[in-house]
Amino acid sequence: MQELDIAGMGSVRVTRKGNNVVILEKDLQTEQMVLAMGPQHPSTHGVLKLECLTDGEVVTHAEPYLGYLHRCFEKCCENVDYPAIVPYTDRLDYLAGMNSEFAYAITVEKLLDVEIPRRVEFIRVIVAELNRIASHLVAIGTYGIDLGAFTPFLFCFRDREIILSLLEWASGARMLYNYIWVGGLAYDVPADFSKRVMEFVTYFRPKTVELYKLLTENEIFVKRTRGIGIMPADVAINYGWSGPMLRGSGVKWDLRRNDPYSVYPELDFEVPVPDGKVSDIGDCLSRHLVRALEMDESLKIIEQCIDKMPSAEGFNARSAVPKRVRPKAGEVYGRAENPRGELGFYIQSDGKSTKPLRCKARSSCFVNLSAMKDLSKGQLIPDLVAIIGSIDIVLGEVDR
Amino acid sequence: MEEGHVLSHSVQQSAAAYAIIHDKFGDAVTAFDANETMPFFEVLNTAVWPEIALFMRDNPKLKFNYMACLSGVDYQSEDKVGIVCNLESLGQLNHKIAVKVKCARTGGSIPSVAGVWHTANWHEREAYDLFGMLFSSHPDMRRILCPDDWEGHPLLKDYKVQESYHGIKVPY
Amino acid sequence: MGLLDAGITKHNVLVTSVDNVLNWARLSSLWPMGFGLACCAIEMMATNASNYDLERFGIFPRSSPRQSDLMIVAGTVTMKMAERVIRLYEQMPEPRYVLSMGSCSNCGGPYWEHGYHVLKGVDRIIPVDVYVPGCPPRPESLIGGLMKVQELIRMEQIGISRADALKKLAEKSIDPQSVIETERKVAHA
Repeated sequence: MQELDIAGMGSVRVTRKGNNVVILEKDLQTEQMVLAMGPQHPSTHGVLKLECLTDGEVVTHAEPYLGYLHRCFEKCCENVDYPAIVPYTDRLDYLAGMNSEFAYAITVEKLLDVEIPRRVEFIRVIVAELNRIASHLVAIGTYGIDLGAFTPFLFCFRDREIILSLLEWASGARMLYNYIWVGGLAYDVPADFSKRVMEFVTYFRPKTVELYKLLTENEIFVKRTRGIGIMPADVAINYGWSGPMLRGSGVKWDLRRNDPYSVYPELDFEVPVPDGKVSDIGDCLSRHLVRALEMDESLKIIEQCIDKMPSAEGFNARSAVPKRVRPKAGEVYGRAENPRGELGFYIQSDGKSTKPLRCKARSSCFVNLSAMKDLSKGQLIPDLVAIIGSIDIVLGEVDR
Repeated sequence: MEEGHVLSHSVQQSAAAYAIIHDKFGDAVTAFDANETMPFFEVLNTAVWPEIALFMRDNPKLKFNYMACLSGVDYQSEDKVGIVCNLESLGQLNHKIAVKVKCARTGGSIPSVAGVWHTANWHEREAYDLFGMLFSSHPDMRRILCPDDWEGHPLLKDYKVQESYHGIKVPY
Repeated sequence: MGLLDAGITKHNVLVTSVDNVLNWARLSSLWPMGFGLACCAIEMMATNASNYDLERFGIFPRSSPRQSDLMIVAGTVTMKMAERVIRLYEQMPEPRYVLSMGSCSNCGGPYWEHGYHVLKGVDRIIPVDVYVPGCPPRPESLIGGLMKVQELIRMEQIGISRADALKKLAEKSIDPQSVIETERKVAHA
């Protein structure tokens, strides 16, 4: 064994093995490297900058830098009427527009005195659950493509197109709907909508099994996500996590059950929480599993809604929509279960104006992403990609 | 509260939680506003706010372990800005409450509770970015959404947008 | 291209066929750097996916600006992001094209009035060739916009500037109202 002094590397111990010289790494002078991942990057799910301090391949910490998509949602809200805010809420979590509108509508309705017709409630739940499935399909598809699996992406988008055409049939738009209005809906669903939705449910049930076998049980996928980015339950609650993130850490908390709204109390569905057999509780695979299993539950909900929905006889979707939305003075914090967690709205109204005094969107992704710095300590750079994919962020909601 | 007005169960639970806080902190907090949509109380002595927060989180009868939201608000008529925190006991005691803390509109500061609930870390940064109130002893007090060299705090009611940023025209 | 550049006029017979071949090659394999920022990015991804398959046009999305010749600005450009957009545009090798997808990058979109942090149109910072309206534009609209870029490439000749090519393209444009009238006449006939 010899000791060499190599310029730029400090003092290095080397040893000979046959014809080769092997460097014993311990005395190598290493430097931390600052790696900026983003804001333009194929795997960051949008314009997010992750400044990683890395020691070789190991990340010391990865800090998210936000604001690259800050679109001034809250300022726009203070300057437009309550009904006009609905298109802006669509664009918050643009993958789950119906759910975002739903959360906003139920929050404002808490300050109004309206009786929502029963059929409206059921239609709202149907479109929200359809949108939840569409959103999870994108989450799963893009997670696969981040980790190198191209085929599930195409399968997911193929099935998503069917949902989008159903939602376009109901509301007029593929992705940003402006459909769930304060006090009702923009239009009633078309005549054959229930039939087509049931056809989709029958078509899609075997597809979830296929997707599960293709991606979730795939050995490479499991190796890349099992045991990565583990978040214990109490720390998750302290960070404010909600939705599939929190359920992935083993906490059975779903706002549709624990703080119910609309007609969810009448519906029978499970809240999937991983049990640690296929994945470690709190790791990336658990979070992915929650999303994969939730799609089946959403199908159950849709079937029950179609069964229980009252008929369209004499129904007007806008019957309870006020001519002028002027909520009573007060404040409210209302929330709904979005595919990414809890989307809450804090609305302050002065009782006289048709515009809110303050409308804050408590976004699920913003809160979920705040744990990134601690989750990424000591992970490898490829694992960073796995962690971001499992957090399933949508930058529209993070930056608002 | 009007006479004969029955409070809903959740408001009663919040009122019971408030009673425990009021017992400990007395004059540092205002009376409880038991409205149906968002029952809240305000912290008058802002220096005690981190202590109240820790008490609310750790006391076995309160256990407010989950901060749902921390919003900044501009009270222009009172010349103040403030925060509204929505807290909840998730999975434990299932009660909720809201807390308000106010400070002066220019140069005011509120002690940070980022050490009590990690959720507050980024929410306080956002409140500083959009409203201008500082959070003392916050681990990382800087702007989060707007660029670091942005002029002004956008969500204040009298905010005027700047004409140009780095040579690019800002207004329409 | 040096030799051919020397003394080229607009109607040079030798260069015409070379032009056509080169342009055909370029427009048949437009590689965009899909600069997906917001909601329009999802529609762009949907256009790339199996239903509206963009790959049959030869359009294969690249992540790096150095390997692409088209930049699809899909989504809202904010002030914070504006400098990065300029930097990425400058990193693209010429000939490069920019397609502005969606209302937000055309003119600021729904945030034009109250959005303090939104750049009111990406053409304030980089030159845009084709604008695709919509919020978000349907995949068919995006494909239409890409075909417009292909037409622009077809217009281009060696020795003609981009501005002139764009002018030529604008002259060639058809008034949609007249198309609708003719179709209506045919349908009612």
